Amino acid sequence: MRKTTTLIGVLALASILLAACGGAAPAPTGEPVTIKETVIVTVEVTAEGTGGTEATPVPPPVVAGGERLQAIMDRGTLICGVHGTFQGFGFLDPAGAWTGFDVEFCRAWAAALFNDADAVEFQALSAQDRFTALQSGQVDVLSRNSTWTFTRDGELGLTFGPVTFYDGQAIMARADIVPGPAAGLADLEGANVCVQSGTTTELNLADQFRAAGVSYEPVVFAEQSEAFQAYDEGRCDAITSDRSQLATQGQAVLANFADHVILDLVMSKEPLGPAVAQGDDRLADMVHWVVYGMIQAEELGITSANVDEFLTSEDPVVRRLLGVEGELGSKIGLSNDFIYRTIKLVGNYGEVFERNLAPFGLARGQNDLWTNGGLMYAPPFR
Amino acid sequence: MAAIEMQPPRLSVGPIAWLKKNLFSTWYNVLLTFLALGLLYALLKPALQWALTEARWGVIEANLTLFMIGQYPREQLWRVWLTIYMLGGMIGLSWGIWKEAARGFALIALGAGLAFIVIGLLLNSNVWINWLIADAVLLAFYALGRILPQRGASIATLGWLLYFPLIFLLVAGTRFIPWLPPVNTNQWGGLLLTLMLTIVGNIGALPLGVLLALGRRSKLPILRYFSIGYIELIRGVPLVTVLFMANLLVPLFLPVNLRPPDAVIRVMIGFIMFEAAYQAENVRGGLQAINRGQYEAAQALGLSGALTMSLIVLPQALRAVIPALFNSFISLFKDTSLVAIIGLFDILRIARSVLAQSDWLGTHREVFLFAFIIYWGFNLAFTYGSRRLEEAMGVGKR
Repeated sequence: MRKTTTLIGVLALASILLAACGGAAPAPTGEPVTIKETVIVTVEVTAEGTGGTEATPVPPPVVAGGERLQAIMDRGTLICGVHGTFQGFGFLDPAGAWTGFDVEFCRAWAAALFNDADAVEFQALSAQDRFTALQSGQVDVLSRNSTWTFTRDGELGLTFGPVTFYDGQAIMARADIVPGPAAGLADLEGANVCVQSGTTTELNLADQFRAAGVSYEPVVFAEQSEAFQAYDEGRCDAITSDRSQLATQGQAVLANFADHVILDLVMSKEPLGPAVAQGDDRLADMVHWVVYGMIQAEELGITSANVDEFLTSEDPVVRRLLGVEGELGSKIGLSNDFIYRTIKLVGNYGEVFERNLAPFGLARGQNDLWTNGGLMYAPPFR
Repeated sequence: MAAIEMQPPRLSVGPIAWLKKNLFSTWYNVLLTFLALGLLYALLKPALQWALTEARWGVIEANLTLFMIGQYPREQLWRVWLTIYMLGGMIGLSWGIWKEAARGFALIALGAGLAFIVIGLLLNSNVWINWLIADAVLLAFYALGRILPQRGASIATLGWLLYFPLIFLLVAGTRFIPWLPPVNTNQWGGLLLTLMLTIVGNIGALPLGVLLALGRRSKLPILRYFSIGYIELIRGVPLVTVLFMANLLVPLFLPVNLRPPDAVIRVMIGFIMFEAAYQAENVRGGLQAINRGQYEAAQALGLSGALTMSLIVLPQALRAVIPALFNSFISLFKDTSLVAIIGLFDILRIARSVLAQSDWLGTHREVFLFAFIIYWGFNLAFTYGSRRLEEAMGVGKR
């Protein structure tokens, strides 16, 4: 009899504890009703884009793929997957703040969504688990210098945004084993090549050497900085990575940069850009058009410093872009002045580039505006 | 007749005598000693030379705050200091009340505080003031503990029970208290995150582990098979798998709006679930060590089943397994480094991010050596403290 009482007591305790554990997980209940209501509110704005007056709420058509954007709006912050250990792109600085080119785009989206560039939660992701994190909803947007490829777009169920940085893979070798920058892969017969795992770089390396019929030995590292360290210590004869990384990190990390040669050989195209999970169409629209807006702003000469002066501009292109005229933003579920917010709080594409990448000696090159011979081109805002 | 004063025979004590007895007793021992010294010198010389001349220790100095608290807002740093003062106070109070049992931890805390004061003064950094306050609080509460009446023990117990929820509240903040704004857990990092995960994981797991251990020995089949199933399931998979499950798969199965938004909370739940299975087995070991006579004696005294368990069996069982419990504690402390793979910045991941700073590229040895010292120092403190606790409680002697 006593034992039963004890056991009942233990059971009760266990259930209390389990309940407490369940309570620790922030799992809001009774949400579905709220979701439906909020969806109606968004689409109301969308439907009114052409209507004009505020007073008549038109019964809205259901917009597919808007759930994620709505969840972000309800949450009040954007969760952005970034690199974490790549200075210049996504990086935790000594003061504990997130900096970098990819990071600034996260801030730009937050500015467009919430008029607050700090409404971002950053999650540092490794090269291997970045896409899983996106698929599982751990992050809303991935801005972690990821290369846009067919398989990732198709098979992994991602939707890539516009390219924010055009890069290309290159290979660096010790000056004593290759004749010079004009050397080919054949000069690297039997070489050990340092490479980061889980990247397109690793796959390209295999492809290029296979195509050239040259044998090599890959030495794989989880982190780029480890690969550089190993290369500097002589554990491999060559190292491969994006050209921008070889130039910047190589200069900083190698004991004597002059003893190394970056080959002219272009091993791949590496268009780097943001990605969202497939199906989050509204979110993808937002990601696309904010980036295009930043490129368009640079083309028009609008910067964070002078954007307020442009508000009074007579140019219809400028007026539409900044939301002074027309209802562009509301058509994708955003405020009409979303580009104005982005430029005001973060800046245009050129400013972001100058702030983050120019200090590492990277030239605009392919990443200049199309008007300057680069590849940065925004579709029209109309 | 004058008394003959005889000197007592000289005992071989003191370092010289020890050296003579152990290292230079015979000619071949002398030879071996010098050979070993030469070998040690040859091995250590390059390492010491590197540490004293080549190593760029500036990387640690420049990033010390980052190592300690990660992305935690710098203007909220006082909260972390407050938790340290409170810890000093609790350790001092325990020392004053429980004397021997808590002395090991108290001495370690006091010594660490002193060491940090010296380091702070040497590096011309003003953190030494904070450590001085922490040590002062410790000593003040020690004095308080000494003069407290008999009820001191229950006050200290209550203090510890309140301490852990309180530091969690203090570090996490809440929107209900204006001067304690919430700090999202994804801004926790560095040693702070490592310690929070260790503490929450262990504190949460122990009660759960005790229940599972009792459940496993229960005569009710549902309870017993549930406990066995849970323990064996969790023990059968690696911690990484549990963490991935908690972090990636659980949200995958839930609709967008029901997903727990917070990776740190998810990981903490994962740690508690994992650690509970191991603690259950530790506690079960203790329960099995309790003699049948103890139960019978308790019954003879007329104690109920619950009272027998809580007053007679569990205290003895838990005391018997203190070494095993601390062993689990230490291994969980080291296992927290696994959270790096799901994007959290524990101290080891912070080390990697520091390595990517262009000013400090190529300082792998310095940074990882620093991380090693942190882990090792903490574990040394835990082991020393727990050994003193065991001695005071007579583990293995009674």
